[in-house]
Amino acid sequence: MNKTHPPSSESKSTFFFLLFLFVLFFLFTPFSVGAEEASEVEGEPVQEAEAPPTPPTNIRAEDNPNDKGGIINISWDRSADDGAGANNVTAYEILRSTERDGVYEHIGGTAPGATFFSDSDVKNKVKYFFKVRALSPLGTSESLPSMAASSSVQLFDFSRLTLFILAVIIGLAIFYFISKARGGKELYIRKIAGLEAVDDAVGRATEMGRKIIYIPGIMDMDSMQTIAGVTILGRVAKLAAEYEAKLEVPVSRSLVMVTCRETVKEAYLNAGRPDAYNDNMVYYLTDDQFGYAAALDGLFIREKPAVVFLQGQFYAESLILAETANLVGAIQIAGTAMPSQLPFFFAACDYTLIGEELFAASAYLSKDPKLLGSLKGQDVGKFIFLLVIFAGVALLTLNSVLGWNLPNLAEKLF
Amino acid sequence: MRREVPLVLTAIVGLTMIIAHFIPPFNILKDLFEDWFFIIAAFAIYLGVLNLLRVNADKVYKKQRDWPFGVVVILGFLVITIPGLFFSGGRSFLDIGTPFYYLYIHVYYPLSATMFALLAFFVASASYRAFRARNVEATLLLVAAFVLMLGRVPIGDWITAWLPEGYRLGNAADWIMDFPQTAGQRAIMIGIALGLVSSALRVILGLERTYMGGD
Repeated sequence: MNKTHPPSSESKSTFFFLLFLFVLFFLFTPFSVGAEEASEVEGEPVQEAEAPPTPPTNIRAEDNPNDKGGIINISWDRSADDGAGANNVTAYEILRSTERDGVYEHIGGTAPGATFFSDSDVKNKVKYFFKVRALSPLGTSESLPSMAASSSVQLFDFSRLTLFILAVIIGLAIFYFISKARGGKELYIRKIAGLEAVDDAVGRATEMGRKIIYIPGIMDMDSMQTIAGVTILGRVAKLAAEYEAKLEVPVSRSLVMVTCRETVKEAYLNAGRPDAYNDNMVYYLTDDQFGYAAALDGLFIREKPAVVFLQGQFYAESLILAETANLVGAIQIAGTAMPSQLPFFFAACDYTLIGEELFAASAYLSKDPKLLGSLKGQDVGKFIFLLVIFAGVALLTLNSVLGWNLPNLAEKLF
Repeated sequence: MRREVPLVLTAIVGLTMIIAHFIPPFNILKDLFEDWFFIIAAFAIYLGVLNLLRVNADKVYKKQRDWPFGVVVILGFLVITIPGLFFSGGRSFLDIGTPFYYLYIHVYYPLSATMFALLAFFVASASYRAFRARNVEATLLLVAAFVLMLGRVPIGDWITAWLPEGYRLGNAADWIMDFPQTAGQRAIMIGIALGLVSSALRVILGLERTYMGGD
């Protein structure tokens, strides 16, 4: 006979303890699965923890305007997850295909926050489709493809139309005055003190028996200021040959050395003194900016030149050169079109050609009517600029004083 | 012919560059000409280097005045060139740890910085001469410089703190920079732009031939 034993008191207490824990478990467990089901039932959107970022939208692809083709610009509206939250976009990738539903290849990327990319590796007249992919730590998402876009050659850069018209007017004015000058008409050119002093300076060097040192800036022959400096050198070299003064041209670029040699050689030939020329008058020092400045400073201190010409494009070395030349008592005639260096030359040099005077110097020194005519043409350009400035100031003043809603012409034009 | 060929070349290249600025398809030619320039300039470097060595070697050989400087130039050239060409251990001479890099960082760089630092002293000496009140213009320059220098440091605003906001030295300095300075600089820039156009046209049209030695 089976006999059922009544539960012991120890088993009872264990049972009630486990029951108590079970009740506690049900009471305080959040049951997240249940909560999700509840919200789904209520029709609320569910944010999955592993969801990719919202894709970028409104992908636009257009030919880059006013160019020779080969570039398509892509722009888009940022992903809603760009700039906020755990699903923050970390980058955008740009994808390209020649078919809307074809295979898209990765062509580049941008940082988050960007809405623009320029694809400069496309063939003209070929249709391309673009997608933008948003990347985040939790995944990636691709936009819909853009409309088809292709690049093409534009025959005129319309963004430069105003400049073109101005250039034509000024160019025609220069031609007009050159032809007038050729016809024998006397043109008035104001005196430029720095250029008037060239003769005296070269004469002084001859009397003192000291050198003239000519520095055509620190840039290469692709700089218009260097070309202007070399043209002035031609005049100075001719004067030096006529006065039998000693000329030295240390340069910082090999091409400038070759050009200066040719210029000085021809100037000596034209002055009837080819015997006085030798190649060592023009020599190369270094391309390095401060190495060049150090070499010239040493040269100034040792040679104590009577005249130093600083004509061309200069940067931070301008004052180092000008002050050292000043220290040794040289007459300095400087000229540059670098606005940031002009104050240094004003402070340290005897004469300074300001910007346009540097470009006018060769014409001024030659007294050639054709060249002087071109200077008068510049004045027409100045007159046009003055008119535009006055018109702009008048319109803005009327706008602000009278409250007129006149268009900002300057902004529209330029 | 010796004159005509360079003039024709200058005209072709110059006009192409102008046309390319307005008509994009010409950019292909513009890029080509720019590439040519860099190639020619790269080859011309050797002309410069050879000239540098020849002039200085000549000076040393003939024991001309200051010939020891010629020795320094030649030695300097060899000391920086030979490690760069032959002692980079199979790496690029610009790589960190090469002898050339060491010379660049520990010799060239400090020397270059020293030359640049000289500017501070030269600015002081040039300012001293420029700011002497010899005439009305120099006096105006002196006053403007005084206001500007004081207005750019905290003490400028501190000593004029009793003035209403907008009338202190800092504001005066800003006004000088924003109006008279900007106006003057723009006037110079317009003149430079027009001078460039005129000068470029003279060269392209062959009116300006001085750079080739002609009148």
